[in-house]
Amino acid sequence: MADAATTTTTTTTSSSGHTVASRQGWDSFAEEWASDQTAFKTASWGKVMMWIFLLSDTFIFSCFLLSYMTVRMSTTIPWPNPSEVFALELGGKPVPLILIAIMTFILISSSGTMAMAVNYGYRRDRKKTVALMLATAAFGASFVGMQAFEWTKLIREGVRPWGNPWGADQFGSCFFMITGFHGTHVSIGVIFLLIIARKVFRGDFDVERPGFFTSRKGRYENVEIMGLYWHFVDLVWVFIFALFYLW
Amino acid sequence: MSHAATGTITRVEGQQHPIKLYLVVWGWLFVLSTCSYLIDYFGLQGYLRWSLILLFMMVKAYLIVAIFMHMAWERLTLIYAILLPPVAVLVFVGIMVFEANYTFFTRVYFFAMGS
Repeated sequence: MADAATTTTTTTTSSSGHTVASRQGWDSFAEEWASDQTAFKTASWGKVMMWIFLLSDTFIFSCFLLSYMTVRMSTTIPWPNPSEVFALELGGKPVPLILIAIMTFILISSSGTMAMAVNYGYRRDRKKTVALMLATAAFGASFVGMQAFEWTKLIREGVRPWGNPWGADQFGSCFFMITGFHGTHVSIGVIFLLIIARKVFRGDFDVERPGFFTSRKGRYENVEIMGLYWHFVDLVWVFIFALFYLW
Repeated sequence: MSHAATGTITRVEGQQHPIKLYLVVWGWLFVLSTCSYLIDYFGLQGYLRWSLILLFMMVKAYLIVAIFMHMAWERLTLIYAILLPPVAVLVFVGIMVFEANYTFFTRVYFFAMGS
């Protein structure tokens, strides 16, 4: 088999069991959409559906950020300076944006632990997968906790959806809408994480135990699909951090 | 078994990459976030501020989508199906910039000038 290395064909087995000898690059793109069968041949049903859900969620968050951009650009009253609004007193002097920075690092860390949980899941290392998923959930819960603290602080200082003490009235509605919707996503993610972590702990994915609602065989790919959602929540925060807090 | 005779069969079960890759990406995300924060800490202003914010934002988004979400190893068809539609949002941004400028102009013209 000396020529084996030179004539390599990548052959993968799709979720429906068909063996697909795949072309590469643009040829694969054209071939697949023209094939009159199924697109996304080797990607599983669950993964594709999660991606499409995330795409729709992208549009929702885009609309929030767009409406924020529109009201901020069109108001004649100066926008409150986020650097000062979100500053915290540390050691007697205000540090700009410090809580938001800590929240950013926490969410990034949770993404890191999640990515490793997916990896250990595929290696069927249940203990490490569960531990990393619980760490991810703990990071997520502390993120939501800090957000609750931030909301409380701002509400006490007089920020309302219809006004605030520092400038343009639209600041409050944008802030509560965008961070509230993102916080809801994080909270749902924490619940989702705990459910999947319990399944891993029980060994559901080793014995392919069917899901309660879907009756589909449990596989370690479920951890990766869960991970996609979690990373998306982190991804949205990257945009909110840049466009709302830093701009 | 025709494949076995002609070449190597790569059976992929899930995504398998060394843990080190994730740690490196994690580290980079920390560095980039720190850079983003320092923009505000040192109070950079104007186009320098905005371009740096957008640069760090895009690099972070790229790392998360490509490595953490494994998009780099997905099929090209899936990549285009998911990543091309959000580009349409940029058109929407263009429309709303135009609209917001118009609203701003009418507000200045009719309210601030006290007609």
